[in-house]
Amino acid sequence: MIARATNDLTIRVATVNGSGSQSSNLVLTNAIFRLGIPVAPKNVFPSNIEGLPTWFDVRLSPQGYQCRSREVDILVALNATTWHNDVPGVKPGGVIVHEASYPLSGPTKRDDVTYYAVPFAELVKAHVEQGAMRKYLVNMIYVGVLTELLGIDIALVEDAMRAQFRGKAAAVVSNMDAVRAGVEYARTHLEKRDGYRLEPMTGKTDGLMFMDGNRAAALGALMGGCTVAAWYPITPSSSLCESFIQLCERYRVDPQTNQRKFAVIQAEDELAAIGMVFGATWAGARAMTSTSGPGLSLMAEFAGLGYFAELPGVIFDVQRAGPSTGLPTRTMQADLAFVHTLSHGDTKHIVLLPGTVRESYEFSMAAFDLADRFQTPVFVLSDLDLGMNLWLTPPLEYPERGFDRGKVLSAEDLDRVGSWGRYRDVDRDGIAYRTLPGTPHVNAGFFTRGSGHDEDARYTESPEVWQRTLDRLARKYETARAAVPAPVVEQAGHAVAILAFGTTHHAVVEARASLRENGIETDYLRVRALPLSPEIAAFIGRHERVYVVEQNRDGQLFGILRAELPTHLIARLRSVRHYNGVPIDASAVADPILAAEQTPAVIAE
Amino acid sequence: MASNAPPANVNIAGLSREIYKGLPTTLCAGCGHNSITNHLIKALYDYGVQPHLLAKMSGIGCSSKTPAYFVERAHGFNGVHGRMPSIATGAKLANRELMILGISGDGDTASIGLGQYCHLIRRNLDCTYIVEDNGCYGLTKGQFSATADLGSVLKKGQKNEFEMIDVCGLAIELGATFVARSFSGDGKQLVPLLEAAFAHRGTAVLDVISPCVTFNDHEGSTKSYAYVKEHDVALQSPDFIRTGAEIVVDYEPGTVQDIELEDGSHILLRKIDREYDATDRIGALRTVHETRDRGELVTGLLYVNTHATDLVARERLVQTPLARLGEDDLRISRDDWAKLMALA
Repeated sequence: MIARATNDLTIRVATVNGSGSQSSNLVLTNAIFRLGIPVAPKNVFPSNIEGLPTWFDVRLSPQGYQCRSREVDILVALNATTWHNDVPGVKPGGVIVHEASYPLSGPTKRDDVTYYAVPFAELVKAHVEQGAMRKYLVNMIYVGVLTELLGIDIALVEDAMRAQFRGKAAAVVSNMDAVRAGVEYARTHLEKRDGYRLEPMTGKTDGLMFMDGNRAAALGALMGGCTVAAWYPITPSSSLCESFIQLCERYRVDPQTNQRKFAVIQAEDELAAIGMVFGATWAGARAMTSTSGPGLSLMAEFAGLGYFAELPGVIFDVQRAGPSTGLPTRTMQADLAFVHTLSHGDTKHIVLLPGTVRESYEFSMAAFDLADRFQTPVFVLSDLDLGMNLWLTPPLEYPERGFDRGKVLSAEDLDRVGSWGRYRDVDRDGIAYRTLPGTPHVNAGFFTRGSGHDEDARYTESPEVWQRTLDRLARKYETARAAVPAPVVEQAGHAVAILAFGTTHHAVVEARASLRENGIETDYLRVRALPLSPEIAAFIGRHERVYVVEQNRDGQLFGILRAELPTHLIARLRSVRHYNGVPIDASAVADPILAAEQTPAVIAE
Repeated sequence: MASNAPPANVNIAGLSREIYKGLPTTLCAGCGHNSITNHLIKALYDYGVQPHLLAKMSGIGCSSKTPAYFVERAHGFNGVHGRMPSIATGAKLANRELMILGISGDGDTASIGLGQYCHLIRRNLDCTYIVEDNGCYGLTKGQFSATADLGSVLKKGQKNEFEMIDVCGLAIELGATFVARSFSGDGKQLVPLLEAAFAHRGTAVLDVISPCVTFNDHEGSTKSYAYVKEHDVALQSPDFIRTGAEIVVDYEPGTVQDIELEDGSHILLRKIDREYDATDRIGALRTVHETRDRGELVTGLLYVNTHATDLVARERLVQTPLARLGEDDLRISRDDWAKLMALA
């Protein structure tokens, strides 16, 4: 049995963590990208530095679909311990390139796939000198084998190699030698017996580049004017702060004086990290921290202070699979409900929900403006899939607008206004004016506290004042409703609609096409922030059935919608959930919708 | 000198003592913390602190309420329990011109806030950190805190069964650059120590024993007025000499330790213990341990190091406070951006 496909397939590389496979995988990805074929790499890795199994999926899609595909067309098997499980995962008609010494018996002996046995271990001994590099270069041999089998121009591989090892000529040479060994072996020993081919394409990848969401968010922090960052290392968010440090060291250090226009502190824990953020914003700087679920749990106390004492601050939550330690290297969208009301007491936060690399950058920048404008913590929720995987993206745009520092009174302003109070709602939008410590004016000072306070920031336990303060904070949240990123709507008057947020978007795009092939046309709304835009209720009102798709068990967005929507709209919602820790694929969206639409009588919820 | 002296009713900043006062205290009458507040007002006035540059920071507890009771004009931040050090760190990084004055208590520092206390010291943030230490939780009605001595007795008779955490010994162990202990009732000692702490560039820890008149001032308590007065062993009698002022006191060689602080001011330590050297870290640690073993409460400037690098210097921050930098300072150029996008 032979599957046939041109430019439309998924390659899975199964290796051992710490074997240097990342470089090989990226070279292969970039070589395919250089053919003009849209490509989406996804790293499925263990919480481990060396020794545990790791997989790298490279999805090629002429349509440009960037979500994970459930089907594996070509398996490169370089991990003996997962060999027995990896082989059954290949689709019928697919291809298995494997280390020649792996046994073919039982579940690993299939008659519906094409095997290519390659003596990787022997080849690397023959072509690479004994030494530290040997175990890394074995992976480059598989790149060579695929180059030959799929018909990739080796010049493109070399080009990708040079980009991978920029400025390291010796590494390019030794790695290309390993690639050529693979090409040579395949050419002389393997007869092409499968139906997969790659052909150059045009018009699909022009002007695009690879970037991960954490890097994009760091660029947003740089251009958003963040000067203080405090963090505690945690997967999958660490690379966000590390990228920020790298960018600051490159662009924010005076070459003459060696002085820095930034401070990044690796805190003792997430409690301290977010405390430093609020100290810095209170004193007038723009500040951020980045974390993931377990860190967020520790930040709950300070999140309440930030909300109630009205302190700006940007908190990036790159979501992983929880609860508890959970799966640190797997992805979910399961922090939404927690973040939304993070803290004891009545609390509602502004939450931004980027779904693309470009939004990771733009929402990061916007978060600093929103935090200053609304004097409140702003959470930016991405996930491991968006944060740590590479995505094809248009180049990020240079910002055209300056910073919005919000309502801050200078000494001159204080002279002008005469009397002022820190928590007076002068503009009736729920947002009061603040002063910064260091403002040279006798009336500038006020007392910031998380305990009960009146409009002039004086301690009080008055029931009227307490309720008035909570009401004003609710009013401020209402003002934010119109200021946060609006939903993205694609509609053509269909009865059925899909509603999603974050990275689920990419699976929805493909699922809508596959549903269309099955005769089901859908409209689509992508939520991009909390508080929910009024547009969302209007959209739901125009549809008979709205499928809310998300990557968590409990339907957290579904729950927030149910709490906010009028009763007659709630009955229109259906919940579709994916929560195994692996990025959602199109069939996880399309299959349940198809089933429900074909048998509408049995729909639950 | 005399012709340049400010008028008698104002300080070097040209401000009257009234400016350094705050709202009326809401703590119990006779509370040691109120005495400390009064000593602080004197020290801040004498030192000539600019109110708008003062950042009054605190955590939660009786002690942490006190920033409302002095320098009303200054910005204050009453944060969350045990987390003041992190807020103070962020504030100083954002605006290096601020003078950070942190007020904490023994629960806020040695129990819930022990981690942040340690890391504050480790980073040597330039600040004054006062522990108003009464060995108990006042606001929740008198439970033991972690600085309560082994064997100390609560009002209702419960005996403390656990070893105490000595915030001074711990600070020296962690590399603190200014560590002093004093008593709320001894303004003569505390005020010069406070001024020296303001002058020091780095974390200055002052553990000030401050009896809780309501819950911990009885027979059997080791933090009562009577007990502290009886067991207080002062190392020195300190004088603070402001920058530029003449040192006019005469003293016999070997009887005074004169330490020049980072802003050019001096603290003169008239030695009561002739052998004590406040710049000897190991000696300081030994003294802390030995006096505790003898049941003495050692007070004075235990240790000072005027040659350490504080956090702002270590981070090599620009002179302009980060809070005042704008788009032009912080965004990269269009050219650099274009290159960055081409590389990615």
